[in-house]
Amino acid sequence: MPIHEKDLIRPENLRTHEQLTVDGVDVSGHWSTFIQSRVVTDYNEALEDEIAALPGGEFIHRCWQCGSCTNACTVNAVNPDFNPRFWIYLVRIGMEAELLRDKDIVWQCVSCNKCTHICPRDVNPEGVMKAISHWLELKGHTPKSPSMVFDEVFSDQVIRHGKIEDGRTIRRFFARTGQALQQDWLIEMAKRLARHLPIGLLARLGFSAAIAPRTRGWSRARAAIEDYVKDQQATQRRALGLDGPGGPPTTREGA
Amino acid sequence: MSETKPKADKYRRVAYYPGCALEGTGHPYNRSTKAVGKALGLDLVEVENWNCCGAMEVKNIDPKVQTYLSSRVMSIAANQMRMDVVMAPCNGCYHNLKKAEHDLAHDPASAAVVDRLSTKAGHPTYQPGQVESIHALEWIKGAIGEDGLRERVKGGLKGLRIANYYGCMYTRPRNIFPEKDAGPGSESTSKPHFMDDLLAAAGAVNVEFPLKTACCGGAHTLSDSDLSTKLVLNILNAAEAAGAEIIATECPTCHSGLEMHQIRAEKRFQRKTRVKIVYFTQLLGLALGLSARQVGLHENVSESRELLAGKGLG
Repeated sequence: MPIHEKDLIRPENLRTHEQLTVDGVDVSGHWSTFIQSRVVTDYNEALEDEIAALPGGEFIHRCWQCGSCTNACTVNAVNPDFNPRFWIYLVRIGMEAELLRDKDIVWQCVSCNKCTHICPRDVNPEGVMKAISHWLELKGHTPKSPSMVFDEVFSDQVIRHGKIEDGRTIRRFFARTGQALQQDWLIEMAKRLARHLPIGLLARLGFSAAIAPRTRGWSRARAAIEDYVKDQQATQRRALGLDGPGGPPTTREGA
Repeated sequence: MSETKPKADKYRRVAYYPGCALEGTGHPYNRSTKAVGKALGLDLVEVENWNCCGAMEVKNIDPKVQTYLSSRVMSIAANQMRMDVVMAPCNGCYHNLKKAEHDLAHDPASAAVVDRLSTKAGHPTYQPGQVESIHALEWIKGAIGEDGLRERVKGGLKGLRIANYYGCMYTRPRNIFPEKDAGPGSESTSKPHFMDDLLAAAGAVNVEFPLKTACCGGAHTLSDSDLSTKLVLNILNAAEAAGAEIIATECPTCHSGLEMHQIRAEKRFQRKTRVKIVYFTQLLGLALGLSARQVGLHENVSESRELLAGKGLG
């Protein structure tokens, strides 16, 4: 593997010895660290196809591991374990167990598109991150991430009414993730806003909080979108082998 | 689409797509965009009965639904209103319209889904090329330009030191913005300058700000707040280190993200920053002689009125 910013040596497989004698030769000091060898046998040969079957993952096969995505990544700069190139590599060679070691952080992709912007092969790494997080949830490896809950709350309103009202989205999101709306910083924000807002605007905001803003004559669009999304979700579940007899568990956590 | 018409004429009357954010938390952006349009003699005709573009969220349910949502907005502008240009001040809306335009022209599968959904929803399918979608920055830059702005500015921004913050969606990924990086006069995706150009023409001093297109974590502003606070703090600190008094914004999600996490950083992590966050349209409005109230400074969470009034602005 040409990229050295992350490799397959697991930290716990590094053996370091203070004092060590091998075959009668004292190798203490520089030569005291060894890598415990391992053989990987549990490949999931279908992994790349499964990711490619989910929206955003379609072009994962184009990747030639240049590492531009990880180099550009916003989240990687904050957390070096967040490594799109490495995950794409693992998916392509089917190292599912290795991928699962990072299962709790993949959803943290902020969709800044720096990776997709820089990618010389049009892999759309941002989409691949979304496909991997989606895959982890569909397969039951992780509960729904807070960001997926937010996406669902938001999209649900858009599909139902054609529009969203941000206050409503925030309240529903906090309710569904079991967080109190009374966060010190949110209260401070509301206070600062309320200090200066004219009565008319407050009334308008209150009104749209009570009655969701909506696009007129939206019902036909809503029905069409709902049908389409249902179809897509069924197709994706089939591609991941989730509905077949004896397949993996089909329940999605917290759905 | 009439490519031959010069932008100055073409952008004089545009279909205005405010989007959901500008009716909620981004209201001061809506207000100041309209006020600036009026002051500059430009005509904004709101897209009739518009819908949400899908923002950053619907694509994670299904990207083609997002393409459909955005295409409906453009279809109304083109087929119902007979407009050539759709102008969106929100980076999210602008990005999604451009993305839909790109996908409909290059991806037959997206085009087929959009056609099916449009037919079922009962409106004409949007055909790529029917309208040109532009951002508020491109609108003012094209319709008025720096020279035009210099002529109209009353008093100007008096050397106000500004860090211009463009965020992610205005420039990335490059393939959906074929008109950018297209030689002299065009916008740059790596170092955007349209906002810098306009504010400089309005009398501001743009500081050397390295994080113009850094991410504020807007997509996870509530679902991963600690990460967003960290990313926003980077931006605020870099702006202060560059000597900025104000960060100028051109996206409601970035703007409220910066405001929200500036407070959160102070409350949760005792990291206080003083730089003020103001929409570029609010700054242009002040330069054009509008009052603080007319551009909605009182609707911002970030309190900039004292600083601006101290310079005789607003």
